[in-house]
Amino acid sequence: MGEKRKLGRGVCIVGAGMSRFDMYKDKDSKQLFAEAFKECIDSVDKGIDPKEIQAMWLGNFTNDFFIHQGHWGPIISDLLGLPPKPATRTEGACASSTLAVKDAAYAIASGMYDIVLAGGVEEMSKISTEAVSEGLALAGSPYEVYEGFTFPAVFGAIATAYFAKYGATWEDLNYVTVKSHENAKLNPKAQFNMTIKDIMNLRIEKYKKKGQPVPEWKDEYEALRDPRFNPVVAWPMRLFDCCPISDGAACVLLVAEEIAHMFTDHPIYIIGMGQGSGRALHDCPSLTSLEANKHAAKEAYEMAGLTPKDIQFAEVHDCFSIAELIHIEDLGFCKEGTAYRFVREGGTRLNGPMPINTSGGLKCKGHPVGATGAAQMVEVWHQLRGEAGPRQIPNGDLHIGASQNLGGTGGTCTFMIFSNEK
Amino acid sequence: MEERYFNDISYKQFLNEERLMGSRCKGCGTLCFPPRPICTNCYSTDMEWAELKGNGKLAGFSSIFVPPAFMAEEGFDRKHPYVVGVVELEEGVRAVGRIVGVDANRPETIKIGTPVKAEFIHFGEGDQMRTHLAFRPVEGGAS
Repeated sequence: MGEKRKLGRGVCIVGAGMSRFDMYKDKDSKQLFAEAFKECIDSVDKGIDPKEIQAMWLGNFTNDFFIHQGHWGPIISDLLGLPPKPATRTEGACASSTLAVKDAAYAIASGMYDIVLAGGVEEMSKISTEAVSEGLALAGSPYEVYEGFTFPAVFGAIATAYFAKYGATWEDLNYVTVKSHENAKLNPKAQFNMTIKDIMNLRIEKYKKKGQPVPEWKDEYEALRDPRFNPVVAWPMRLFDCCPISDGAACVLLVAEEIAHMFTDHPIYIIGMGQGSGRALHDCPSLTSLEANKHAAKEAYEMAGLTPKDIQFAEVHDCFSIAELIHIEDLGFCKEGTAYRFVREGGTRLNGPMPINTSGGLKCKGHPVGATGAAQMVEVWHQLRGEAGPRQIPNGDLHIGASQNLGGTGGTCTFMIFSNEK
Repeated sequence: MEERYFNDISYKQFLNEERLMGSRCKGCGTLCFPPRPICTNCYSTDMEWAELKGNGKLAGFSSIFVPPAFMAEEGFDRKHPYVVGVVELEEGVRAVGRIVGVDANRPETIKIGTPVKAEFIHFGEGDQMRTHLAFRPVEGGAS
């Protein structure tokens, strides 16, 4: 008790891959995971025989509800030819695959296994939007769901409390959204790999074709203020404040640090891991902060022996624009009540002092819930290896990145810290 | 009524009876709303019922333009939004419920801190009855 948290032995990521996130009529969970897995094993610099994988952990929230099929651990293991090796499904709502990676890391750190696959998958787009909302609400607090709260409404209520407390406005959230789209334009795996200006131009062409009045938006911010372009979903959350419905898969290959050199000369070390649990919204100590986030951050910083100042970039769980502000405050990147100003000043842009969601985030990359945590790590992997292409963070001294994943409305939060140095 | 378990089933039965009931720990006095079968402060299971007055202030809210299926059945849709909120009750605990008596189509007119009072919205009868908690701004209340 009270001593520094550490793993029994070090764990590294030596491969990472993801499918493109999108809404697919012709791709199912197995197809998507096969694509992620193929990219993952192909990314191992010195190669891997998949038969060497000793166990698998798979995050999936609720394919049970979305496509009426449960028990996804062995289904994916079978897909990859891994039986009879153990496959375990983890469920932490939208944080399911970070839990898979964490549990896989514990399994390696314990000495039980040396080579483990961990990832996640979700298939959401084959049912109606109303049914998806109902499925996602399974992760809400019973009291809120009963009274008619939706997920956007929970974050809408958090936003109204944040605005009243700190003097921020909905307009401030648009700086998060514009930035996410700018980054996603540079990410071919993103569901919306286009800027808001691109979407505005598409919309204008559509209006012209239909002979409808063509709006004259001065810039993205004016378009976002136009309810025709950006209708309210759950006040003050508009359409562009909300992540989309997505299908997708992502995975990482984890190995014991002592054998990482057999797979690559450039492994990514897991140097911090943290997780917290939270309460129903009405019982939270604060409406503008998530205690599960703070606990996850504390655990991970303690294990890494680092402080928020040491983190150079992060993927955070921007299921809604306001969530990005709450997270970067809870993780200590900004003081409470100041994130909206930091974002407005460009602090989180690709060339800013603290790039956030270089992948485009959930908002633009997409959010197949069970795959999101692993996909965040795929982005950190690319950035720390200098392989992020046009969206590579312009910092020649990039060593420490992080990923923060949230399940439900804060019931599960995780924070992972990675380094390209031991 | 003291015979009921301190759980969500009893909580909803009390809503049907238009009573807002929490649990108070006999060991340490901690008030929980909705009720809990075990005290998370001292871990006693010796509870008594505590009735809340239903007076509070709006702490956060959202006006929902894209409703879930069961709310759509009530007639809510993009043109007929409804408001939900978090309320700080005067007893020091919070509650979630619908916010009625406000203009859901003009959520910019709804203010955090507005004094509100609990109401009960019933559906069905007898064993089929379910009740939702709602809060309405207090007439003439200072905002």
